[in-house]
Amino acid sequence: MGSTVNQSPEREEFAKPESRFKSLLKRMIRNKSSLIGACILIFFLLIAAFAPFLMTHDPNSTDVLNDFQGPSSENWFGTDHNGRDIFSRIIYGTHLTLYVGTVSVAVGAVFGIVLGLLAGYYGRILDSIIMRVADVLLAFPGILLALAIVSALGPSLNNVIIALAIYNIPVFARITRGSVLEVKDVEYIQAVRALGAKDAKILFQHLLPNVSSPIIVQASLQVATSILSAAGLSFLGLGVQPPTPEWGAMLNSGRSYMWDNPHLTLFPGIALVLVVLGFNMLGDGLRDALDPRSKK
Amino acid sequence: MTTKDHTPVLKVENLQTSFFTYDGEVKAVDGVDFEVRENETLGIVGESGSGKSITSLSVMQLIQSPGEIIGGKIELNGDDLLQKSKAQFAKYRGNRLSMIFQEPMTSLNPVFTVGHQVAETVKIHKKMGKREAHQEVIRMLKLVGIPAPESRAKSYPHELSGGMRQRVMIAMALACEPELLIADEPTTALDVTIQAQILELIKRLQESTGMAVMIITHDLGVIAETADQVAVMYAGEVVEQADVKTLFNRPLHPYTQGLMNSIPRHDVDVDELEVIRGTVPSPAEMPSGCRFAQRCPYASEICNTHPSLAAPSNNIDGHTDAGAVRCWIYTDEWDAEGNPMKNEEVQQGS
Repeated sequence: MGSTVNQSPEREEFAKPESRFKSLLKRMIRNKSSLIGACILIFFLLIAAFAPFLMTHDPNSTDVLNDFQGPSSENWFGTDHNGRDIFSRIIYGTHLTLYVGTVSVAVGAVFGIVLGLLAGYYGRILDSIIMRVADVLLAFPGILLALAIVSALGPSLNNVIIALAIYNIPVFARITRGSVLEVKDVEYIQAVRALGAKDAKILFQHLLPNVSSPIIVQASLQVATSILSAAGLSFLGLGVQPPTPEWGAMLNSGRSYMWDNPHLTLFPGIALVLVVLGFNMLGDGLRDALDPRSKK
Repeated sequence: MTTKDHTPVLKVENLQTSFFTYDGEVKAVDGVDFEVRENETLGIVGESGSGKSITSLSVMQLIQSPGEIIGGKIELNGDDLLQKSKAQFAKYRGNRLSMIFQEPMTSLNPVFTVGHQVAETVKIHKKMGKREAHQEVIRMLKLVGIPAPESRAKSYPHELSGGMRQRVMIAMALACEPELLIADEPTTALDVTIQAQILELIKRLQESTGMAVMIITHDLGVIAETADQVAVMYAGEVVEQADVKTLFNRPLHPYTQGLMNSIPRHDVDVDELEVIRGTVPSPAEMPSGCRFAQRCPYASEICNTHPSLAAPSNNIDGHTDAGAVRCWIYTDEWDAEGNPMKNEEVQQGS
């Protein structure tokens, strides 16, 4: 700053402002990890969007005469114990996987962020109450908590989402609160208060954008975790019920035939690994791109 | 505008602000009185920890927990501000009374353009539409001397220099033409040439709007340049109050004299600069008598009793300028207690 301060205002010249989004995009593209992650996710998003055109068979039509077929030109990834086409089932299951992952994180994030903002900004008793409850929830391993909630609510896709959303709330509450504590005493927050802004405006219009970076990073990483947990619940028979072609459920049903027909579990497993990897790489890349210290 | 001896815009009476820490109550501001009139600038000067910033934050009611205003009265043009509800007072902030801060680097939100931030103040208080607000923003930015305001409005804070940002802060603070502007060390973070420009700007805007200005600083130079009235604060109290000429010509309180003496002078050659020995007593262990007594060269027995802020009546060498000082030397008790003192001795600070 030192050199520009000395100039008289009349002579000062400014570069054309670059929008934050543009510069973020630039930094993301420069970062290999986030670029690869984003490509993987775009690939799966396109699959989910165009699933009806990509499926070679009806994902639920059985053909018992053709069970346990290995990969062939007719069934690219082979068929399962009921003779269903695994390729079509994976294609069809893509949107379920992405849906469960993103919706549970979105719902959890909305509640978590609001609670975190309130706890961080108002502090005192409210902070203690919110954060102690969050601590209790965080003390459970994620899958255990989700298991308990799903067994209480009964197995179904929506209940899996609710369970995972509840699990995500304290994660976001905690990360938001921490960032708010860091930012809330900064002078520009005091300055907008001095200019007469009300609390709601300060919280959502001024604090939230300034704490958004860690939340965005956490969200992308959390989607990966939630997808894995959802698959885990399905694998345990508590998630999406057969015959819906959810990847975790496919892994579960293929498990019994794994030794003789590994393709039943191999392909859904690979798909799951790829999606999770994509979200993780994107998350790591975003963290680097959003970190102001790494700005060039 | 109107003459200076009008009813005060801001009247603070016996303001007490305390912080409730684990070590007990800390009285950061303890019984402060002052007034600021229309078109007048009050300078509040004091060293770090003297309570000057807490005083200004108290007026804005921006004291954060564990701090609390525990007593006193703050009136803005006759309105008792401490009686207002939180929501009522929020309507005054930025509208009837405004504040600019020390650090222009951090007082603007980094994620919004400066135009957006100035517009926000206008929108909060004036209920203007988007287009109207934008025009108002351009007008304000032009008023505070920002070149090419149309394009600067689209800049983010990090694209502006410190002086520019302080100008933007001033534009935000003055957008609603407040009756009172509080400037908390507005130029401390800026270099000297920009400092002069900013002070000049505040003065110019004051002349055109007639607002009252309260300027908080530790820089006696800034006070000499800008203030009409001065209050010197020490350890949470006002120790001396006078108009700026009187104060600089004839500082009464030993602390004020010490401050004046410790300004390096370019016309006198000295080996060692004058200092006030010792440090400000910690607010947790404040002496019950005069708070400056431990560091005061004239301290005597009577100084173990707390003096009050009053017009001087003794040892003033015939001067009767209005003003007030919190020191026993200038009371009749001083002589009665057997501390006769030659005028020259006390006046050596001037």
